[in-house]
Amino acid sequence: MEILHNLVLGFGVAVSPINLLYCLVGVLLGTLIGVLPGVGPIATIAMLLPVTFSLSPVAALIMLAGIYYGAQYGGSTTSILVNIPGEASSVVTCLDGYQMARQGRAGPALAIAALGSFFAGCVSTLVVATAAPPLAEVALKFGPAEYFSLMVFGLIAATVLAHGSLIKAIAMVILGLLLGLVGTDVNSGVLRFTFDVPELADGIGFVTVAMGMFGIAEIISNLEQRGAREVFVTKVTHLYPTRNDFKRAWKAVLRGTGVGSVLGILPGGGALLASFASYMVEKRSSKHPEEFGKGAIEGVAGPESANNAGAQTSFIPMLTLGIPSNPVMALMIGALMIQGIAPGPQVMTDKPELFWGLIASMWIGNLMLVVLNLPLVGMWVKLLTLPYRFLFPSILVFMCIGVYSLSNNPFDCLIMAVFGLLGYVCAKLECEPAPMILGFILGPMMEENLRRAMLLSRGDATVFFTKPISAGFMIAAIVLLVMIALPNIRKKRDEAFAEEA
Amino acid sequence: MTIKSPKDFWAGLMFIGFGLFFAIWAAKFYQFGMSHSMGPGYFPTVLGGLLALIGLVVLLRSLAIHGGKVPRFHFRPLLMVLGGCVAYGYLIGPAGLIIATAVLVLVSALGGHEFRLKEVAILSLALIVFSVLVFVKGLDLPFPLWPAMFE
Repeated sequence: MEILHNLVLGFGVAVSPINLLYCLVGVLLGTLIGVLPGVGPIATIAMLLPVTFSLSPVAALIMLAGIYYGAQYGGSTTSILVNIPGEASSVVTCLDGYQMARQGRAGPALAIAALGSFFAGCVSTLVVATAAPPLAEVALKFGPAEYFSLMVFGLIAATVLAHGSLIKAIAMVILGLLLGLVGTDVNSGVLRFTFDVPELADGIGFVTVAMGMFGIAEIISNLEQRGAREVFVTKVTHLYPTRNDFKRAWKAVLRGTGVGSVLGILPGGGALLASFASYMVEKRSSKHPEEFGKGAIEGVAGPESANNAGAQTSFIPMLTLGIPSNPVMALMIGALMIQGIAPGPQVMTDKPELFWGLIASMWIGNLMLVVLNLPLVGMWVKLLTLPYRFLFPSILVFMCIGVYSLSNNPFDCLIMAVFGLLGYVCAKLECEPAPMILGFILGPMMEENLRRAMLLSRGDATVFFTKPISAGFMIAAIVLLVMIALPNIRKKRDEAFAEEA
Repeated sequence: MTIKSPKDFWAGLMFIGFGLFFAIWAAKFYQFGMSHSMGPGYFPTVLGGLLALIGLVVLLRSLAIHGGKVPRFHFRPLLMVLGGCVAYGYLIGPAGLIIATAVLVLVSALGGHEFRLKEVAILSLALIVFSVLVFVKGLDLPFPLWPAMFE
């Protein structure tokens, strides 16, 4: 019954008018950027971080969370109607969603996507509410050795689950860890890699890095591609799915929710991975695999439920362990730290109103999305006709204001440009930026825990394998690495990401 | 010896470069310490070495396994976008938000495919009005609007 009590507390916080307002702002903004291709949740959340300085921690998190899962709803709309994935996690929705639209069944596709997402949102909210407290309890017992091993496992899992070359992803993680060390060493007070630049003494701001690597690099890459986006909007006539649609879709929704909830929790997981995995599952388990790619409603229902479930359950490691599983969560941790809250298992006991308020707001946000989204479809699609030449200077202006306002220092804009360049080069060389950002966030934490663990064990490195929980994480990390090295599984992994190409 | 996968070749070189830089710099200037009391140089030296090693593996593999070419670099959008951001940062203090925004929009628009002065002017104006209303008036961010001498 404790969970009921907690949820009541959470809803009490979430339905206060001001929090409802920020939830609404968050999901609307999320839908907006979900619709617009080339603007992702990472850059948007990074842009809005300065705005959250003046908000209460609860309102800030509620709004930022709304952006993340709101983007999953928005991304599906454009995938279905115009075959343009507004969001990476809705790429697979294009495959069958757009085909359904061409057959005049855009309405049912949109409705199933929205209803599936809503169902997944409800279930995953419950998953977060039930799974997080016991996890946080366990996490409270973690010492430095456990934390270090957990981070090793997390980073390895993140590289395995990321697409592209594994070895390059590991290299990017290490590069991120190293870049995260720039600044004052907390143990010795030594300035590391600062080159006598006073601005670097506090380290490189990760918001700046994230905006450069994701936002700026993406804009430059978009500008390279010639050709105007042409938009043929299918008219949405009837919205309601038929009885047969429901019959075919409900199992896919269930499976997608399950797949998404599990994959969201894993490090490196989240909406993107969830949607791809769910599409694979649906195609494999279907009695009519030949219909996939030609307008199978399962191909819309599954991934759309999965990406929303994944977006929400990826909050679990962030809320309970203080460890981000993907770059969006890393930004959330940044938002908390700006508010003076150290993320970790103690948040739940010290600030229950923050924790449960956020969870309750997720459910409310999902309700808002399903109610708002369908009637507003026409408006969202109109936005697509906005040419990119208006869009990108506007995004740049917001990013520059956001970065500059972090400390009112032009140096931050310079650093953002430097990381924009690095992000652009990495994109050309097919090196994924996401593992680097995770490493960047975890760098100082990892070093700190490694030092403490080694100090406690008097320099004995076997401590990571003799403490049971720590050993479990280390063994899991090794197993993952071995598994991925096996040719058979490697092939499956490549297949899973092949749809994306 | 031929490079079979240019993308990996250059990625490997990049990793080796970063790795060696961090490792050598840390080893040279920061105390290494011992495993039970690590100095500030310990973690970066080890990680930098590891990164260089992985870079070497990526590089060697690129000589053996075929892979993609490095796509062409487009310098105009790159320079205009990056330059616009840097200009914005260094202009907003001395010249104020209005001039900085106009410069950023103008410079970055030069990086796009189509450049129509009239559109850029209207867009700058709209973004200036929006920034002033939302960020300066609404959120109270302490940005000057005009160069200090006019205020």
